[in-house]
Amino acid sequence: MSRTFRQYSVIPGFGLTLGYTITYLSLIVLIPLSMLFFRTAGMGWERFWSTISDPRVVASYKLTFGASLIATLINVVFGGIVAWTLVRYKFPGKTLIDAMVDLPFAIPTAVSGIALTAVYSKNGWIGQYLEPMGFKIAFAYPGVVVAMTFIGLPFVVRTLQPAIEDLHKENEEASASLGATRLQTFRYVILPAILPSLLTGFAMAFARALGEYGSIVFISGNLPMKTEITTWIITQKLDQYDTEGATAIALVMLLSSFAVLFTINAIQWWISQRHRGVS
Amino acid sequence: MSGDAKVARNDSQLPGSQQPASDLQADVKIRQPATRFRGATEEPVWIRYSLIFLTVSFLVFFLFLPLLSVFAEAFRKGVNAYLAAFNDRAALAAIKLTLITAAIAVPLNIVFGLAASWSIAKFEFWGKSFLLTLIDLPFAVSPVISGLIFVLLFGAQGLLGPWLTSQGIQIIFAVPGIVIATIFVTFPFVAREIIPLMHEQGTEEEQAAITLGANGWQTFWYVTLPNVRWALLYGVILCNARAMGEFGAVSVVSGHLRGKTNTLPLHVEILHNEFNFVAAFAVASLLALLGVVTLAAKIYVESRVRSTSTSEDLSSLDH
Repeated sequence: MSRTFRQYSVIPGFGLTLGYTITYLSLIVLIPLSMLFFRTAGMGWERFWSTISDPRVVASYKLTFGASLIATLINVVFGGIVAWTLVRYKFPGKTLIDAMVDLPFAIPTAVSGIALTAVYSKNGWIGQYLEPMGFKIAFAYPGVVVAMTFIGLPFVVRTLQPAIEDLHKENEEASASLGATRLQTFRYVILPAILPSLLTGFAMAFARALGEYGSIVFISGNLPMKTEITTWIITQKLDQYDTEGATAIALVMLLSSFAVLFTINAIQWWISQRHRGVS
Repeated sequence: MSGDAKVARNDSQLPGSQQPASDLQADVKIRQPATRFRGATEEPVWIRYSLIFLTVSFLVFFLFLPLLSVFAEAFRKGVNAYLAAFNDRAALAAIKLTLITAAIAVPLNIVFGLAASWSIAKFEFWGKSFLLTLIDLPFAVSPVISGLIFVLLFGAQGLLGPWLTSQGIQIIFAVPGIVIATIFVTFPFVAREIIPLMHEQGTEEEQAAITLGANGWQTFWYVTLPNVRWALLYGVILCNARAMGEFGAVSVVSGHLRGKTNTLPLHVEILHNEFNFVAAFAVASLLALLGVVTLAAKIYVESRVRSTSTSEDLSSLDH
């Protein structure tokens, strides 16, 4: 039976390690996650719908998705520039700058949250200059965008860097020798080659921003209907012992982030199919 | 005067070259090195410098300034106020709980990571890529939802809640809940660092060991583990940083009982919400330091991974 399931190998331990892997995976990840579906299924459609379409919840979707989209687009542009600079150029302090990109991964989200709040609030290092000019960052919409950009940046940079490293310079040379300007080369030669990685980075940063909690809740101020993100709404429902309500909204968020990742995978598959005919 | 400058430039650029026979020739020769053409795969200088400027200023202002502000705020009222934040039972209890949580979660995920990578990287079987997707699943789940699912499982109204209550076991709003939520969010770290490397290394060395009479355990201990040790260390570093720093998932299951179920990040939140900013940032500086140490360790381990893999590439050329 096992021979049809796997190829024969002299190396021992397959049954033990795979069995352990699947058991541990089921106990820690699969069974707990499935609770989300079971609990929502027992809730009834009417109550489910009224929970997830409550105006305060809908306002939080708009904020979460809107700010995530803006933040991720900022990250695609600036993350793209950062990745390009780090791969192609030499400058003093490059190793340090490169290491800095991982700061949002390495620093706990609660710490990033209070740090961003301190920097961007009225008396903060950056806020004190922006607020008199009319840009209120902390405790307003832009604060949510800033926090989401902060935590999403490494995803874009770290997926783009290997793709830029793998670019064949011969293609750029060929393009230049055929009379293309550097901008045309970028648009028609470089961009199509790094597009799949750019999309992966986009999807990962966007999905992360959708689910982020710690770095946002301090800087957002959590004003009802204005700066409440959806994950904050879930914790509020739990604090009021409304486990069902929290579960329903959590399911919506979980399915949305899966949908983002799935869509990007589908687009990538479509791109690879289209390019297969050419090369 | 311009002629002098040209000659001078010529001398500095071509040391030891012969003096030009005539002025006309000199002019032709000199102009060639003076005008440096931009390579076909390079951007104009002004674009290069502006991109470097943009990158450095974006990262410094956006990532480094917040990190710096943690320490600035922590020491705002001097060293004594900073140290006072740790002379507090709740803070010490939070440090202890954070260490305990990581001490349980990290080893469990190391064992899982090694088992998963052995089965996935050393064998070919049906449904492998699906299994890989499932292992990565916790990365796609929001921290808050990661906590919520354990409330649904072990909470008072949860599936196992009534039974656990009757047995006198409390998981949610207690230490076990914090540990299990931490295990969930740090689940993939070790496995995903080792699997690609082990897969790349193939099974030849293990087959050789088995042929020479080693048993499975010896093969793993003396052949496979040394080959993946840096990747393992790298995964452990990342896993540990996340285990000590996790906030959202732990916040949902902890119940915020001061001195009992508060980890360091939760303690930071409580202090911040009480407007006790110096203490909040002092405790946060400890976690920020952990982050900086993590980054430094990451750079070191990455350089080791690179050097070992290149030396192995070179040695494989000899055979």
